[in-house]
Amino acid sequence: MGTRLAVETLAARAAARLSRLARTGGGTTLPGKLLWKLDPAAIDALAARLPQGVALISATNGKTTTTAMVAEILGDGRRLAWNSSGANLVSGIASELLASPNAELGLFEVDEGALPEVARRVRPRTLMLGNLFRDQLDRYGELELIAERWRETVRRLGGTTTLVLNGDDPQVGDLARESTDAVTYGLDDPAQARSVLQHAADSRYCVRCGRPYEFAAAYVGHLGDYRCANCGHARPELQVVARSIELRGLESASFELVTPAGQTRVRLPLPGLYNVYNAVGAAALAHVLGAPLGEIRVGLERFGAAFGRFERIVAGDKTILVLLIKNPAGANEVIRTLEDGGAPPILLVALNDAIADGKDVSWIWDVDLEPLLARTDCLIASGGRAAELGVRCVYGGLPEASLEVQPELERALDRGLQLTPEHGELVVLPTYTAMLAIRRIFTQRGLVNPWWEKR
Amino acid sequence: MRIRVGHLYPDYLNIYADRGNILVLSRRAALRGHELEVASVTVGDELRASEHDLLYIGGGQDREQALVAPDLAAKGEAVKEAVSGGTALLAVCGGYQLLGRGYFGRHDVDMPGVGLFPHETVAGGRRMIGDVLLECELELGVRRTLAGFENHAGRTRLDHGAEPLGRVVAGFGNDGESGYEGCRVGRAVGTYLHGPLLPRNPWLADWLLAQALAHATGGAPPELEPLPDRLEAEAHAVSAQRARDRGGRF
Repeated sequence: MGTRLAVETLAARAAARLSRLARTGGGTTLPGKLLWKLDPAAIDALAARLPQGVALISATNGKTTTTAMVAEILGDGRRLAWNSSGANLVSGIASELLASPNAELGLFEVDEGALPEVARRVRPRTLMLGNLFRDQLDRYGELELIAERWRETVRRLGGTTTLVLNGDDPQVGDLARESTDAVTYGLDDPAQARSVLQHAADSRYCVRCGRPYEFAAAYVGHLGDYRCANCGHARPELQVVARSIELRGLESASFELVTPAGQTRVRLPLPGLYNVYNAVGAAALAHVLGAPLGEIRVGLERFGAAFGRFERIVAGDKTILVLLIKNPAGANEVIRTLEDGGAPPILLVALNDAIADGKDVSWIWDVDLEPLLARTDCLIASGGRAAELGVRCVYGGLPEASLEVQPELERALDRGLQLTPEHGELVVLPTYTAMLAIRRIFTQRGLVNPWWEKR
Repeated sequence: MRIRVGHLYPDYLNIYADRGNILVLSRRAALRGHELEVASVTVGDELRASEHDLLYIGGGQDREQALVAPDLAAKGEAVKEAVSGGTALLAVCGGYQLLGRGYFGRHDVDMPGVGLFPHETVAGGRRMIGDVLLECELELGVRRTLAGFENHAGRTRLDHGAEPLGRVVAGFGNDGESGYEGCRVGRAVGTYLHGPLLPRNPWLADWLLAQALAHATGGAPPELEPLPDRLEAEAHAVSAQRARDRGGRF
């Protein structure tokens, strides 16, 4: 390490300690921001020191969970630099590099929009791309634009980066053409497919010729087995596949994991088809990183949950289940999973509109909330846009008598717990900043540890 | 009374939760004893001018918008004939752009439009994004506000003498300069505002329903029985406050 880099990293690490002492939120990105200010190229140098290089993971949905699964699979045998808190912009990755001077492998989830910059700086040896759904259009711009930037990024990286791609997503799967040794993954179980494409599905028109795809199976949003009858563009052949999937309500899922190194049954302690996607993606990436099949299975089977994505919190004789929602495709899968588990009678939904949530809240009208609304006894709408959410629910068929609007999160939580019967469960669906706020409330009440003390 | 709605390209133009607008029209009609019958009119379908009391066209991403543009241009005469025959119409964002004379210069491509609204759209640099607040006067002497969200790169310039939908109180509007937003021709209204627009602006939903009923009956737009709209008013207030806080800047 050059003298200059050494001085900069010392200063940035000191900033992280100060930030933690000041309790300003874990100091996740502050040192990285400072380092970036001092010397933007320092990040490149820190990444280049990792003996096993860097693996990047990006997607609209599932990147935090997928990355955490890969960490669980690899974690015992390798020292990781891993942005487990979800700080996935350049500054967050820089901070993690600073905090892990002895790491062997960099494992980073990356924001879809930040991927070109991060990839240019850290030169990943492996790049996994999961899916592209409409998400926060006010912040990311249109889906096509992200897809175009991803394609450019892949081209610039060239042959030294191994691609791991979700073949079930037409935009992502098509990137396999850019490389000779891309590894593709996906699902292969028509029994789990939806009969129709969900409302407002993305990427339903051929990426090459613009005609509608024919879907032999659509699993999550537009992810599935597609083919264009006009030009023949179709899902690429899959190398890592989940077959014979069994979903067990809100508790778990299991599937047959088929890889070039053999196949095995995986019992995943997480529910929902979207988590099967995360698991098979994690398996594909871990396979490329050299993990044997047995370790992949064991890692997936002991996986807990990523921060706020599927957390059960014990509050006295009741439990609180927190499921993050942030865009139509993700929220629809959460709802589908809740339905499979028997729709919850008491539901708290919290809609914020900070930058990290998306200032444009129109997406809640694209979410298929109706199956929940038909079966819930009481829905508490909370967050900065609670009234808008309330309007959405009433127009979706929720009787007004079953709706309570309480913008204050803490009051809404207390009300929800009050309505929840003894030994019952309160289901909470927050957007990103609402999830952070809820965790803060739990922390203050001693129900969960602050996440920066978790590792 | 049955209100026949033609929803143009619901499978292509649905990016800003356009379904919410239809849901609001449908429920508010039902609460007054009317029935909204929504038919999809998409690529390759024939549009018959006389068959609809209300036409709706939403917003799409660049790619989807380009995929429907030639088909919509072919339906242009039918759209204009319908509106001149008294059909009500709401066009949002991409649909609003394509119902003008065209969208020029985006990715060096020109997309011809329908020419219903007297405006042209040209590609701009920075996208204009955020909450918007408008003041409208669709009926003489009746001033009301509209709150919504805009997200567009196109700059839409109205012809001299064209009637805007409203005056921008906060936000960018048609082009970020003129101080106007949207356009109105008879019973047809076009706007960049989504959010979606109608849930937090129920008065406009009722205005459109009344216009559609007028077309259906051949009479004057009826007075619709008022609804409480307590939550709708709250949602409007939050959105309007966001727009005021933001002003009209990048």
